[in-house]
Amino acid sequence: MKAFLKYREVWLLAAIVVLIGLISMRFPGFAAFGNLRQVFNDTSILMILALGQMVVILTRSIDLSMASSLCFTGMVVAMLNAAHPAIPIPLLIVIALLVGLVLGAINGVLVWRLNIPSIVVTLGTLTIYRGATFVISGGAWVNADQMSPDFIGLQRAAFLGIPVLSWIAILVIALFFLLMTRTALGRSIYAIGVNPTASVYAGIDVGRTKFIVFCISGMAAGLCGYLWISRYVIASVEVANGYELNIIAACVIGGISIAGGIGSVGGAVLGALFLGIISNALPVINISPFWQMAISGSAIILAVVLNARGERRQGRIILKKAEAG
Amino acid sequence: MTDTPAPRHIPDRLDTPLNSAIYSWEALLVAVAVAIFAVNSFASPYFLDAWSLSDLTFNFTEKALIALAMALLIISGEIDLSVAAIIALASTMMGMAVQAGAGTPVLVAIGILVGLGCGAFNGLLVTRLGLPSIVVTIGTMSLFRGIAFIVLGDQAYKGHPSSFAFFGQGYVWWVVSFELTLFLVAAVIYWFLLHRTSFGRRVFAIGNNPVAAQFSGVRVGRIKFILFCLTGLMAGIASVLITSRLGSTRPSIAQGYELEVITMVVLGGVSILGGAGSIVGVVLAAFIMGLVTFGLGLLNVPGIVMSIFIGLLLIIVIALPIVWRRVRRERFT
Repeated sequence: MKAFLKYREVWLLAAIVVLIGLISMRFPGFAAFGNLRQVFNDTSILMILALGQMVVILTRSIDLSMASSLCFTGMVVAMLNAAHPAIPIPLLIVIALLVGLVLGAINGVLVWRLNIPSIVVTLGTLTIYRGATFVISGGAWVNADQMSPDFIGLQRAAFLGIPVLSWIAILVIALFFLLMTRTALGRSIYAIGVNPTASVYAGIDVGRTKFIVFCISGMAAGLCGYLWISRYVIASVEVANGYELNIIAACVIGGISIAGGIGSVGGAVLGALFLGIISNALPVINISPFWQMAISGSAIILAVVLNARGERRQGRIILKKAEAG
Repeated sequence: MTDTPAPRHIPDRLDTPLNSAIYSWEALLVAVAVAIFAVNSFASPYFLDAWSLSDLTFNFTEKALIALAMALLIISGEIDLSVAAIIALASTMMGMAVQAGAGTPVLVAIGILVGLGCGAFNGLLVTRLGLPSIVVTIGTMSLFRGIAFIVLGDQAYKGHPSSFAFFGQGYVWWVVSFELTLFLVAAVIYWFLLHRTSFGRRVFAIGNNPVAAQFSGVRVGRIKFILFCLTGLMAGIASVLITSRLGSTRPSIAQGYELEVITMVVLGGVSILGGAGSIVGVVLAAFIMGLVTFGLGLLNVPGIVMSIFIGLLLIIVIALPIVWRRVRRERFT
């Protein structure tokens, strides 16, 4: 099983190398270390979000509300920063994580306690959280000149030649890697996805674990709320509108099975990188950015076709009732 | 579920037809609709006016048309997230035909056929290759709208023939719009298809247990394929209506409609897990969503705040019967 999993990520990595190779033929500077570092930095936020989404998808659930949680959290920290510039940035990041945690916990409680399918819950909270952003902000924007220099500058500061944003992404990747491979919670998450009924008999509290994965995805979205706002230096109701599907796309390309139980941290990271490379490469090789959507769409379909072959079993539908719920 | 199953409560007698009608999902929706209607009538003096109520229908009929087919698809255990992108692609193709000087009948045919083609493409990927529909249609969603972006970029198509405007702006009789008439006719057809034909029974059978359905001689793949085609077809028809109503095409047309359509279907009592649901419920849910958005609009509530109400409505209406059942169960045990 382990060798098999590796196989999939190796193929994805190979596809990425080929992609970079093809792009370098048109634009040799693309494969330079400095540029790849930049691509990684540009993709950091998507990677963190994809990892948060991954743990949810692994348990046969889905979180459609991540982009809205991101938007809400981003607005909260931006308004706090604008009103009280004295609040240190690390504290703001903690606040962002906590706000995200609360939003995720709301999703989690509804899934856990009321047993409503996650796609319905998060479809509802998707609109609610974005609407709530409008309510707290009154529709106003928080602009760059209202944000403190530290708020904007932190993630741009370089440490060992790499921006702090990239370091945060590396830290998050490491944490998720430890979570999925070295903890009982990580094993439970995989177990629930592979067979919920057996997990119950193995003593795993399926409902509670689902609650926890929604808290994790909420925190990932909360962290990205700060990162997104400080990167694009504008907080509005429109932030990350529709981005939830990009996050899922990154997971799907990364080989995470929508039927649950199959997927890895490496896959989610590579899936996000794949999308990041495409969006970074199109301008430099003179393809209109309007092509980006169709290209990522084709990549998703191709990835699903290839993954389905790899899984060697009929793709289960996420909407199918999981035996143990 | 994780909590231990409660001892089964066996009632002394079955619910009477009246009882089961009162406790049905549709009854709950009717109550909600009446309540919203009453609140609206008190809240705004402009609400109870034939033309106001007629305007009200325009903001949901296009989505509701797709919701009818989507309901069947979700009952069969699949989903189509690409419907809004199909609208964009079909609208773009109609725009191209306008530039080439096509007349109204050709435009309508193109819109419907592009929708049907997109639906068939989804259906082939799902049924022939056995792929999960949620990811396939996330992919085709990007692909279809992506093609619209490639063709149009930041441009827009305009200059549709004036006779084309009838579909989205015309009235059949007094305040009854063409869109509303089409929706009601389609609702009757879908009601008949789902609740009165063997095809409908098969759709339910597939949703409840695809394997058992297969062994009972139901051609699961073919029926799912037909349902994807129907959903694409309805998206194509909706595209004709929207393009006609707006009189122009941008690649971002109908953005985010897919989630509203699915909200409508789920609010209508269709189980997202498949196997249960009714067309009456979906039609009621469509009217409820129309009433909420229009009523709040009359009160100058911004669209984004309305979406909070829709989201809350979705979760509360789904949660209520679950809480109710739990309370009822605990009372008997």
